[in-house]
Amino acid sequence: MRDTALGPAIVAEGLVKRYGAVTAVDGVGFEARRGTVLGLLGGNGAGKTTTIAMLLGLLIPDAGRITVLGHDMATDRFAALARMNFSSPYVALPQRLSVRENLTVYGHLYGVPRLARRIARLAEELELGGLLDRPAGQLSAGQKTRVALAKALINTPEVLLLDEPTASLDPDTADTVRGWLERYRDETGATIVLASHNMAEVERLCSDVVMLKAGRVVDRGSPAALIGRYVREDLEQVFLDIARGTGVAAGGVG
Amino acid sequence: MTAGSARRIWGLVYRHLALYRRSWPRLIELAYWPVLQMCIWGFVSEFMVRASGWAAAASGVLIGAVLLWEVCLRSQMGFAISFLEEVWSRNLGNLFVTPIRPWELVAGLVSMSVLRMLAGIIPAILLAWALYAFRITDMGFALAAFFALLMAMGWAVALAVTAMVLRHGAGAEALAWSVLFGLAPLSAVFYPVSVLPGWLQPVALAIPATHVFEGMRAALLENRFDASHLAAAAALDLLWLAAAAWLFAHVFRIARRQGLLLNVGE
Repeated sequence: MRDTALGPAIVAEGLVKRYGAVTAVDGVGFEARRGTVLGLLGGNGAGKTTTIAMLLGLLIPDAGRITVLGHDMATDRFAALARMNFSSPYVALPQRLSVRENLTVYGHLYGVPRLARRIARLAEELELGGLLDRPAGQLSAGQKTRVALAKALINTPEVLLLDEPTASLDPDTADTVRGWLERYRDETGATIVLASHNMAEVERLCSDVVMLKAGRVVDRGSPAALIGRYVREDLEQVFLDIARGTGVAAGGVG
Repeated sequence: MTAGSARRIWGLVYRHLALYRRSWPRLIELAYWPVLQMCIWGFVSEFMVRASGWAAAASGVLIGAVLLWEVCLRSQMGFAISFLEEVWSRNLGNLFVTPIRPWELVAGLVSMSVLRMLAGIIPAILLAWALYAFRITDMGFALAAFFALLMAMGWAVALAVTAMVLRHGAGAEALAWSVLFGLAPLSAVFYPVSVLPGWLQPVALAIPATHVFEGMRAALLENRFDASHLAAAAALDLLWLAAAAWLFAHVFRIARRQGLLLNVGE
C-alpha cells in the first residue's frame, strides 16, 4: 500500500485545448487523491479522451498545468510516465506478437525488474496462462481486454488511466475486470482515472466523479453525493439530467 | 547512454525481431529486392563485359553501385518501415505513453534499419561473389566508409519520411517506398556526375550519395582513395541528419499539440 498522506496523485488546473475553432476542453481542473478511483464522465465529445491524452502527455494543453505524482507534465513527463500506465480499447497491441512478447516489449520499455516473474504473476492474476504464447490478434475481445490490462499493469503503475476499460465486453467479463481493478487499487494503493459511459461501473469503482459537458466541468463529487444532489436513484439518471440539461442540483455545483 | 535508455531501445528492437520471427514473408522480403537487383544488374554487366572493351575495364562498377545503392535504400526503408509497423498495428498510443524518449525511438529504428539492411545486403554480396566473382571487399578501407555514409543518408531521409507519416498519417507512407527512388537519378549511382546537365550538377552534388558513388568509381576504376568526396559526403550527411532531426522534433511537437500521436493512421 502506498502512502496516501502525500499530496494528490494528479492535479489538473485550468486545462484548455482547442482544435481550430472548436474548444474541446475549456478550463477543466480537478485533483485525484492517492489510492482513489476518479471517474471522468460525460457524453461523446465532452472532453474525456482529450483530458486523458493531456494527462498522459500525448497532447500539450493550450493553457493550464498538470502535475502527476509531483512531476510537472510540461517539463518532467518521462519521470511521471515511468510510474503511470494506460489502457484503451482504441489503442491496440501489435497483433502478430504473442501475448508474452507484447508484455516483454512493454516490460523493457518500462524497465520492469525480474520481468519474466512479473509476466508470470500477471498471467496468473488475469488468467492469461493459456494465452501467453498465442498471437494477440487471435484473441477474443474479452481476452484482448485482459491482455491490455496486463500491459497496463506491467510496471505496477502508481497512476493508471483507463479509457472505457469494459467497452464491448460481455457483462460477466466486464464484472471480472472491475473486480481486478478494485483488487489492484486495494493491494497497491494506486490511483486510477477512469473514463466510462457505464454508470453502474462508475458507481461501483469511483470514489470521486468529475462530470464533463462540452469540455467543461459541470459538477463533481462522490457518486452518492451527486445522486443525492440531483435527487435521483442512480448515477445514470444524474448523467441524463446533466447531458440533457433537465436536472437541477440541489446545493449547487461542487 | 543510461542503462534505462539501452533497455528501452532493446525493447523496441525486440518488438521488431519478434515480428520477423513470426513472419516469413517479411523475412523473405528483406533479401528479395537486393538479390533481384543483383541478378538483373549483374547479368547486364556480364553482357557489357563481353560486348565492350570499356565495360570490361569497368566491370564491377555496376555491381558495386547496385550493392551500395541497396545499402542506402535498405537503411532508409528499414527505418521507415519499422516505424510504419507501429502505425499499422495502431500501437503508437501505447508506445508514446511509455517513458521512451524520442531519441531512443530513433535509436531503436536505426538499430532495426542496420539489421534489416544487413539481412538484405549480405545475401546479395554473396550472390555477387558466387555469380560474377565480384568481391566488394576489394574496395578496401573505403568500403566501410561507403557503408556508413550511405546508411547515414538513408537514416536522414527516413527520419524526414517518419516525420511526414507522423504529421499526415499512413497517407504519407508511399514516401517510405518512393523517396530514394526519386533521388537515384541525381545520385550518380550508375554514371558520373559529369553525365548530368550542368545546371543539374550542383543539385546532384548536394546529395551525400553522389560523393560516395564518385568515390566508389575512383576506387574501382582508378584504384585510388578519394578523401575529398568522402569528406563532402560526411559533411552533407551531417547537414541532412541535422535538418531531418529538426523536422522530426518540430513535427513531434505539432503532433503533441494536435493530438496526432493517438490517431496516427489513415
